[in-house]
Amino acid sequence: MISADKKAHANWTILFLCWLVAGVSVLGSLFFSYVMEFAPCVLCWYQRIFLFPLAIILAVGLFPLDRNVVKYALPLAIAGWLTAAYHNLLYAGLIPESIQPCSRGVSCTEEYIELFGFLSIPLLSLLSFTTIIALLLILSRRTSI
Amino acid sequence: MKTHVIFGLSVIVLIVAFMIGSSYYKGKQAEKIGFLAEENAELFVRDHSPTLGSDDAKVYLIEFMDPACETCAAFSPLVKNLVVNNQGKIKLVLRYAPFHDGADYFVKILEAARKQEKYWETLNVMYKSQPYWASHHNPQPQKIWQFLPQAGVDVERIRKDMADPAISSMIDQDLADAKTLNVRKTPGFFVNGKPLQTFGSKQLLQLVQSELMANYPN
Repeated sequence: MISADKKAHANWTILFLCWLVAGVSVLGSLFFSYVMEFAPCVLCWYQRIFLFPLAIILAVGLFPLDRNVVKYALPLAIAGWLTAAYHNLLYAGLIPESIQPCSRGVSCTEEYIELFGFLSIPLLSLLSFTTIIALLLILSRRTSI
Repeated sequence: MKTHVIFGLSVIVLIVAFMIGSSYYKGKQAEKIGFLAEENAELFVRDHSPTLGSDDAKVYLIEFMDPACETCAAFSPLVKNLVVNNQGKIKLVLRYAPFHDGADYFVKILEAARKQEKYWETLNVMYKSQPYWASHHNPQPQKIWQFLPQAGVDVERIRKDMADPAISSMIDQDLADAKTLNVRKTPGFFVNGKPLQTFGSKQLLQLVQSELMANYPN
């Protein structure tokens, strides 16, 4: 029984970390737009649409720990990851600007910050979605056995 | 039970970190701009900038504005009252940040009106008639012309004068300064080189008041 308890505890911690990543990302994106006053481009908004609900769904899954949360959170995270991946390709110039969906307003390739010389905002988004997906997959593997 | 505590604490830590980060960033930003103000006053006031109020004023209120910006129109009575009610103490400096599509057009009209010494009258008419020509879904810049005679200007001369390339380079200079000062939205206010940290009429009044107190102690 003790080991089952420990396992449940570890699962909770994994989901908690997952939520923490989502929460930090939400606040980070709000910091960029409301404190540093960077105008978000269209692709940024799509990524937020997938990110913001994650912070809530993952928190709901924590109390009590519900393994089904993976089923609801994973599609959002994957959709966000795909958008972020596309955004990074655009940003890196691997996809030509002309086929980007945001010709008006803020350009999706406008460079705002480069933390440590390479961490751009789209890359931060991709990293966060990747971490969330990885943690969700770990959780689903652990609970399916 | 313990998990609730961990979760609750994390939420609090995240929110507090966000707030501390915000005030830290804003403080740094203000410091940087304060430094710019000392080193390079030209960034705030160019020779070409239209001004209102006494040259002896010790409080400079700098507004980065866009004639097509609704909030600028909403703030204009307040800004004008500040200058009028503190006669000789405040000088208003307008800088252009025409971020709206096609807003240069209106800046050009304004500058052409300035040559007839009808600048402030024209600006007033522009702000008042703004809902008719500046709808975001259907901007109709041509509609401004029917309102211009109210400002007492020679409309034909404006049509001629607004093509002056000097106006375009003035706009470019102002936009470059706006970028340096990190103005991304209009209206962008600075009082004696200090940026308005959080946007709002109350905050603007407070900032102006504190600068008035500092420069006119009695």
